Amino acid sequence: MIRVLLLTALVGAATGCASTAERDPRDPWEPLNRGIYSFNDKLDTYVARPVATGYQKAVPGEIRERVRNVFSNVGDVFIGVNNFLQGKFEDGVSDWARFAFNTTIGLFGLHDVATDMGYEKHNEDFGQTFGRWGAPTGPYLILPLLGSSDVRDGIGWGFDFYTDPLNETEPFAVHWGLVTLRLIQTRADLLDASRILEEAALDKYVFQRDAYLQRRRNLVYDGQPPREKEPEDDSSSDKKRD
Amino acid sequence: MTRAATRNVIRAAALGLLLALGVPARAQDVPPDQLVKTVTLEVIDLIKSDKEIQAGNRAKLVQLIDAKVLPHFNFTAMTALAMGQSWNKANPDQKKRLTEEFRTLLVRTYASALAAYSEQKFDFRPLRAKPTDTDVTVQVRVLQPGTQPVPIDYSMEKTAAGWKVYDVMVGGVSLVANYRTEFNATVRESGIDGLINNLAKKNKSLEGAALEKKK
Repeated sequence: MIRVLLLTALVGAATGCASTAERDPRDPWEPLNRGIYSFNDKLDTYVARPVATGYQKAVPGEIRERVRNVFSNVGDVFIGVNNFLQGKFEDGVSDWARFAFNTTIGLFGLHDVATDMGYEKHNEDFGQTFGRWGAPTGPYLILPLLGSSDVRDGIGWGFDFYTDPLNETEPFAVHWGLVTLRLIQTRADLLDASRILEEAALDKYVFQRDAYLQRRRNLVYDGQPPREKEPEDDSSSDKKRD
Repeated sequence: MTRAATRNVIRAAALGLLLALGVPARAQDVPPDQLVKTVTLEVIDLIKSDKEIQAGNRAKLVQLIDAKVLPHFNFTAMTALAMGQSWNKANPDQKKRLTEEFRTLLVRTYASALAAYSEQKFDFRPLRAKPTDTDVTVQVRVLQPGTQPVPIDYSMEKTAAGWKVYDVMVGGVSLVANYRTEFNATVRESGIDGLINNLAKKNKSLEGAALEKKK
């Protein structure tokens, strides 16, 4: 239901400024997306990147690693939940074991002792879970502030946000302090990657979009995606409809 | 006199033997996973021990990649794959220029990536392939504390001159495939020459930025 509402709202907004130029079938809302992208890009250039660069310069690597570990540890709880939802019980148990060991022996997650014990860190979220259940990505979507997404992952992000353990933190100032710190840490970790992207791409928007779609597809299949069908080959979906 | 001659013959024979055994062992018989491991570790080591590169000398870093890594890449195959169907529309001269420009861009990107990862630990995965396979994927993982390891997969093909890389996948993102949409869109809009110009312009701007940084 939510998806239908979101879809109609976006389609309405996108068709308003649609041109007839040949467009990537995965990105029918490109004009709208490009608009949001350039807004995000400015915000990143003038706020997020300078703050993250300053943080990286001012805070020693050792402390940044502790900060990263603490947030990573908190995240493992719902990474586990998502693994369970996807039927990967062994991975889910491993995620919760990580949380248990890192919270206790690792002192509230400051130290990632679980990795050394052989419990590997996973990357899961609700968007991937929906993908695993067979939900198509829907059109590519740039979310304000958040960046690259698609309809499926956007809805997934809503669930991620709702179940974010940081929501439980109080009072208000502490909560937003932690959320902000996590944002800065995340952006700082992406400084190298974003510089490489800028160097590599002819058109940053297209390069980032294609990388995002490839990356998410890879994550949904945990690094083992099936061979991609040729785009023209619609025979299988036609059969389903019959 | 005769003893000296015998010694020379033995020396020549030994040299011949060395050449016969040694050279092919380096170029052709090195298994692909070994090749990736040796080259990666060597380059990382050189990056770490070079003060100028550490201080941000990009030209020197690119030079290093040129000398050590480049010979193991098949850039013509990479360019052809990135171009997809447009590759066949290009004439031999255009193909050559496309490959050259794309190579410059890729080497620069690769240099940045290696420099960014040089402080991390690498996990070289054992090769899962039959000895008779001529097309394999060599898997390396970059281990970073607090995050999921980043997988780097090298698609490699066996050639007469040894194993050559024709695609690199980082975190499941194929570098070659990622350029395909862009390349095709540019060719559609402004032809093969338009794409060559775009690539050349991009490379020039990066060169300019690197020079400015040095000042």
